[in-house]
Amino acid sequence: MYSVRLFAVRHARFFESVYRLFERAVVGLVPVFETVGYQRLERPAAASERLIKGFLFDCRMCGQCVLSSTGMSCPMNCPKNLRNGPCGGVRDGGFCEVKPQMRCVWVEAWEGARRMRDGMDRIRVVQPPVDRSLEGSSAWLRVAREKAAERRAAQPTTSTEIGRSVIARVFARARLFDAAAAPIAREPESARRNQPEAGHTSVHAGSGEGRNRS
Amino acid sequence: MSSLQTPEPYDPILHAPLMPPPGHHSASILERVLRKGWFAVTAELNPPDSADPRDVLKAAEPLKEVADAVNATDASGANCHMSSMGICSILSRAGLGIVLQISCRDRNRIAIQGDVLGAAAMGVGNVLCLTGDGVGVGDQPGAKPVFDLDSLSLLRTLRTMRNDATFMSGRTLSTPPRIFLGAAENPCIPPLEWRADRLEKKVRAGADFIQTNYIYDIPLFVEFMKRVRDMGLDERVFILAGVGPLPSAKTARWMRRNVPGIHIPEAIIDRLERAAKPAEEGKKLCIELIQQVREIAGVKGVHVMAYRREHLVYEIIKESGILQERLEIKAREGADTQLYTNTAPL
Repeated sequence: MYSVRLFAVRHARFFESVYRLFERAVVGLVPVFETVGYQRLERPAAASERLIKGFLFDCRMCGQCVLSSTGMSCPMNCPKNLRNGPCGGVRDGGFCEVKPQMRCVWVEAWEGARRMRDGMDRIRVVQPPVDRSLEGSSAWLRVAREKAAERRAAQPTTSTEIGRSVIARVFARARLFDAAAAPIAREPESARRNQPEAGHTSVHAGSGEGRNRS
Repeated sequence: MSSLQTPEPYDPILHAPLMPPPGHHSASILERVLRKGWFAVTAELNPPDSADPRDVLKAAEPLKEVADAVNATDASGANCHMSSMGICSILSRAGLGIVLQISCRDRNRIAIQGDVLGAAAMGVGNVLCLTGDGVGVGDQPGAKPVFDLDSLSLLRTLRTMRNDATFMSGRTLSTPPRIFLGAAENPCIPPLEWRADRLEKKVRAGADFIQTNYIYDIPLFVEFMKRVRDMGLDERVFILAGVGPLPSAKTARWMRRNVPGIHIPEAIIDRLERAAKPAEEGKKLCIELIQQVREIAGVKGVHVMAYRREHLVYEIIKESGILQERLEIKAREGADTQLYTNTAPL
């Protein structure tokens, strides 16, 4: 609901704290999930997630929730589906280019981020593109499964998992903040050490990387 | 003006890709000009609604002499025209520096990564990563908006392709695309206070240069650049300020109302309204804007846009005196002819 969505952004800090507790609880429940089986839990979990997050944030069930990195403003409500907004078409007063009657999701996001404890650090991280194969699935279960997998430091085996681990490497910092943003992947070394992402920090350096490869 | 007819002596289709000079990401003339610290000039080429390559060459003719790179727009304003790839293919053979524009609106990640390899193989040295306008403002509002990536994840993806020689999937590229990566920013549009922060994100995602949208409000742009300098971004990315001539007060009002992301202050429109020859006044105004943005610390060039009036862009750049200064530098420092031709592998 639009008005509830705006309310959630105005109280982003409160929802941040709630989510923190909630995430801890979900991760704590991993042994239960594993006993029951993730597959059996998927449908009820996704349904309740759709209900709760749908009411609070107009959640679109992208399956890789980044709310805590977007000031509690769901980026999938942006008509351009931007994961790193706002675009250059925002109207006077902060309204959407495509839907002029709607507040720009990303203007709201930056406002919300400012109200949060870690919001500004998180919103500055470049988010990876949406993995469309996860649409409709439960992000909560994914976070739980993901954290458990991290602990076991499972090696990626299937080609899909290897692909996702590349995304996790490329968007290492995003991965650090949102486990679900690059799912089922091993956490990259750089993220684990809590350092700036691996690779190329200076655009002007032109250090010659990759140049003599062919 | 020299002719664009002959592909001699270098046809990028028949040769190995140009290698970047040391300390460069690409063989792009634009990158060399910027790294030399010269005030760069890029210009927008408006694609024809035609399948005749001569229409592209005709539009590019006036720009060849005055621009370090020509931007081939990608269905801007969601209106259908000849594709950016098609234009790049024609102009790369004619020896021009080109900027391939990619809008995330029309293609998914599979198509985009393939296009970039194709463009780099044709000798395109610059790619501008854009999110794109919504389909609703264009001539085909019923189209499906794709937006699989956004401008930032696109930048990051292309940087990975260039620097790590892999696709997004992790598959290896035998030859990476050696491209100079660009992005846009719109400093005069809300949320004004976050625009510099978004720019910073783009720099971290891989932007080497920035071409801004139209700037008509100098005080707002000055404010933005101050923030940019405070954040140290002017040292990490080359910023080209976007300017363009307005033909009349009526058109200016229409643009402000109908084209997303355009901010034109009332004072500018008043000035056009009062002028006896509005088109002349618009041109004069544009030259003044170029001179004003040049004075702002951190601005490394201009990007001149004029919808289907490339000859006017030629006149504006000529009269702004930028190229005159370039010739003076050349005379002082000795001719660097390689900079002016895309024709010899380095």
